[in-house]
Amino acid sequence: MERKKLISDDGRRLDGRRLDEIRPIKFKIGVLKNADGSAYMELGKTKVIVGVFGPRELHPKHLAVPDKCIIQARYHMAPFSVKERKPPAPTRREIELSKVIREALEPAIFVELFPRTTIEIYAEVIQADGSTRCAAISAASLALADAGIPMRDLVASIAVAKVDGHLVLDVMDEEDKYGSSDMPVAMMPSKNVITLLQMDGMLTYEEFKKSLELAKKGCMEVYMKQKEALESYFKNIKEEK
Amino acid sequence: MIYFSQRQIVVPGFVLAEGNYETGRNVYKEGNKFYATVIGLAELKDKIINVIPLRGCYIPSVGDVLIGKVIDIITTAWLVDIRSPWNAILFAKDFFSKPIDIMKEDLRKYLDVGELIVAKIISFDRTKNPVLTAKGRGLGKIEKGTVIEVEPTRVPRIIGKKGSMINMLKKETGCQIHVGQNGRIWISGKNREDEFLVVEAIRKIESEAHTTGLTNRVYSLITKRRVVNGKEKANI
Repeated sequence: MERKKLISDDGRRLDGRRLDEIRPIKFKIGVLKNADGSAYMELGKTKVIVGVFGPRELHPKHLAVPDKCIIQARYHMAPFSVKERKPPAPTRREIELSKVIREALEPAIFVELFPRTTIEIYAEVIQADGSTRCAAISAASLALADAGIPMRDLVASIAVAKVDGHLVLDVMDEEDKYGSSDMPVAMMPSKNVITLLQMDGMLTYEEFKKSLELAKKGCMEVYMKQKEALESYFKNIKEEK
Repeated sequence: MIYFSQRQIVVPGFVLAEGNYETGRNVYKEGNKFYATVIGLAELKDKIINVIPLRGCYIPSVGDVLIGKVIDIITTAWLVDIRSPWNAILFAKDFFSKPIDIMKEDLRKYLDVGELIVAKIISFDRTKNPVLTAKGRGLGKIEKGTVIEVEPTRVPRIIGKKGSMINMLKKETGCQIHVGQNGRIWISGKNREDEFLVVEAIRKIESEAHTTGLTNRVYSLITKRRVVNGKEKANI
């Protein structure tokens, strides 16, 4: 049986998007009462919720670093986030993504201001439809801002993939599964600094350069949405009653 | 070159200005550009750029008077939660006015876990946790009244310019109000109703912290409530 075509002849993707179009984004800030900062993000059908604690004292104490705060990130997929039940215990993939998310956010945070403490980031994937790590990073940076943690910039993230020979922006699940390459990128857009760059599959040098440009454009779009969400949330707080 | 209007909401990474300015609070400079580090309101005053934070934890500073909560007891000291990234320590010698024999006495008898104290920070330098003292005027264990928590970033607004807001509250309600720099407020009045009235007023200040003419609105709230309370009493 021939595989389903992922890109139609007139350059549209499975959900009707153009190649360089991102899915509709929705942000909500301050969704959790018990966390110091929190954010919720919808990237198409991908739904992620992030809670942030800290900076606060670190236990066990021997993990503390004398001149900076450490960042502890946990990326976790809910058992109901995918078609087949995902066992709730952290998998190899989730542990790796936790590390990747931590390292994508760490350059943005002024860790040296809070020595011997910790900032905890908990990202929970409610529904997975591709680019979950990107959504987790974008939402986590909003949660950090909501917690009032000093940062150099917000971190925006998006993935680029090669599908049926085309480079496409903001990968969804099916494109990720049947495409030939996947490249998540996170960056601090107003400073033009890349904090995460991964690649699966094969790209030629030219394709890689093009992908990176495309990802930068996507990150900029996400960044605009992040700014808008933060500003409108805090404007509402300001104007309440 | 300035890229914001006065008291505009800015987000982390917002490019505030370029050129010949100075960094104030919550602003950092890289190259020739000035960026905000937190979400807050941007302000320019005499070439200094400040961002007044809307969110954030309390950062200890020596001399601050605050309200702490005892979370643990060790042989000669208490560990105190002061809502900052670091727990504070209160040594027994900084609590008792007369020396006591620590080997014989149980510190729990004087100050137990969960109890609240008004204390002052006597040392803090980021390499060591803050150290408190509870000896001095107005400091010590809290025995009665109400303690509430507000966002630490709202504390300056609750105190007001030169204490205008807090003095008005004290005068109008007859309560004693101690505002800890860490966002805990101790209210002690003649009766519960007065205390609740102060709590209501403080909640109003907290939610409208960034509007103008707030002192007057809070004043009218108090007088209005007073009239209602007075009438209730008259009916009984």
